[in-house]
Amino acid sequence: MERAAIVGIGQTKAAGRFKEFNYPELVYPAVVAALEDAGITIDDIDNVITTSNDFWDGRTIASMATGDVSGCWDRNISCVEGDGAFGAFYGMCRCLSGHYGTTLVTAYSKGSESISAYITNAAFDPIYVRSLGLDMVSACALQARRYMDRHNISEEQCAVVSSKNHRNALGNPNAHLHLDLSVEDVMGSRMICDPLKLYDCSPVSDGAVAVVIANEDRARKIGGKPAWIKGVSFCMDNYLLGDRDLAEYSALEKAAKKAYAAAGISDPRKEIDVAEVYDAFSYQELMWTEGLGLCEQGGGGKLAESGATGKTGDIPVNPSGGLLASHPVIAAGLIRIAEAVRQIRGEAGDMQVDKDVRTALAHGVNGVAGQSHCVWILGKE
Amino acid sequence: MSNVWESVEPRVYESQIKVPYAWQAGETASRFLLTLKNEKKFLGKKCPKCAKVLMPPRKVCPYCFVETGDWVDVSDEGVIETFTVARRDTGIMPLKPPFVYAVIRLDGADTGLVHLLGEIEPGAVRAGMRVKAVFAEERTGKILDVEHFKPV
Repeated sequence: MERAAIVGIGQTKAAGRFKEFNYPELVYPAVVAALEDAGITIDDIDNVITTSNDFWDGRTIASMATGDVSGCWDRNISCVEGDGAFGAFYGMCRCLSGHYGTTLVTAYSKGSESISAYITNAAFDPIYVRSLGLDMVSACALQARRYMDRHNISEEQCAVVSSKNHRNALGNPNAHLHLDLSVEDVMGSRMICDPLKLYDCSPVSDGAVAVVIANEDRARKIGGKPAWIKGVSFCMDNYLLGDRDLAEYSALEKAAKKAYAAAGISDPRKEIDVAEVYDAFSYQELMWTEGLGLCEQGGGGKLAESGATGKTGDIPVNPSGGLLASHPVIAAGLIRIAEAVRQIRGEAGDMQVDKDVRTALAHGVNGVAGQSHCVWILGKE
Repeated sequence: MSNVWESVEPRVYESQIKVPYAWQAGETASRFLLTLKNEKKFLGKKCPKCAKVLMPPRKVCPYCFVETGDWVDVSDEGVIETFTVARRDTGIMPLKPPFVYAVIRLDGADTGLVHLLGEIEPGAVRAGMRVKAVFAEERTGKILDVEHFKPV
């Protein structure tokens, strides 16, 4: 198969509320930064994928509103509704189709401009579920309880993740929250939806991110430090929460297996140097490290406690601070990809892990309580 | 960054989208909801391929991609698979927090139902507890015709 690479990344800082830019304007600086990073201009972009969600933006066909600031005028543009890691998947497919040499992928949201519970409640089936008033937090709390009961995961083990990621974010200039939180601070934070406490939950942030994907020919011409796409796959579980065993993550296991097979990875714990995973809630990092095969089933809590997923551990997870420190919805998965690229280039600054990063993993999630997973393996060559 | 707000004051445009919908429940959900309303009974639908009893019932099996077959009676009692105590009022809740959400596997069903628990202290709820449906006095053919589930 022909290869493709990520040749440019750009993002805004994540923040609680951006007043200087309206939401389409927020995308522009991320796109400019990605083009500058790749050393190209908008004229070098063959097509554009915007990633958005109409409810977060408060308008239908939201992609139309961010077309101009994504350089879409007079170009082929398509929109992915959902997480940016899935938008990037489509962008890569377009590069590999032979029709386009480069794709610009953007993702953004301004969570500050609406109320997340109203929006995520609308994700549920209107006939059977929606009137119960569930939202993303309460639905994920149902998953957390089920997973923690199944594997005897403690709230302290979840708090270890939150403390680690918040402290990692102290080194991330783009992070929304810079909090030096201890395990005790997390444990002492107020209960939102048992067993999820305030600091087990990611914030709702404003932010935008853009990446440029190129096929091999164009990536070689552009030069720079391409991060090669070694393997990528996604897989979806059932929609209704009651149709799933919420303690399980078979969709993630399947996506990871296919991405690893494409990348020639047989022992992910040894062969992946750093992972940026979708930790919308602290317990999710534990679940996803299991689903990604970085430890055995039910071993996520012990893995985190051992320090292995810390910045100096043997399998660092979320050295950027992850979603727990910055969660612009929709953009979060594409930010994981941008952070993985930084690690591969050795340009992650204070977030850089203490080893030669040859292979990095990035992970995005779509839907409620990890319904759908997208796994990316990026590498130096 | 220089302070842009020295020369201009931030304007905020407040709005909301209000769009009416009239979702057709379809034949399968209509039969289920009307049976809840009229007979205070839960109906599931059995998949001819995997033999799972889907409750709430679906026209198409989410596991097998085939049309479901026979209607099956499902008990109004079952087991709590998982739960959470909602403590923060989001403004869209049917009850005043704190209250309990649960996924309940009714006897005779192979899938869970997300619903509310009542008549129990939130702190006393555990996975594995047996619960029974409590129906609302006035029923209109909606999922909240079941007011909540209570411990057996």
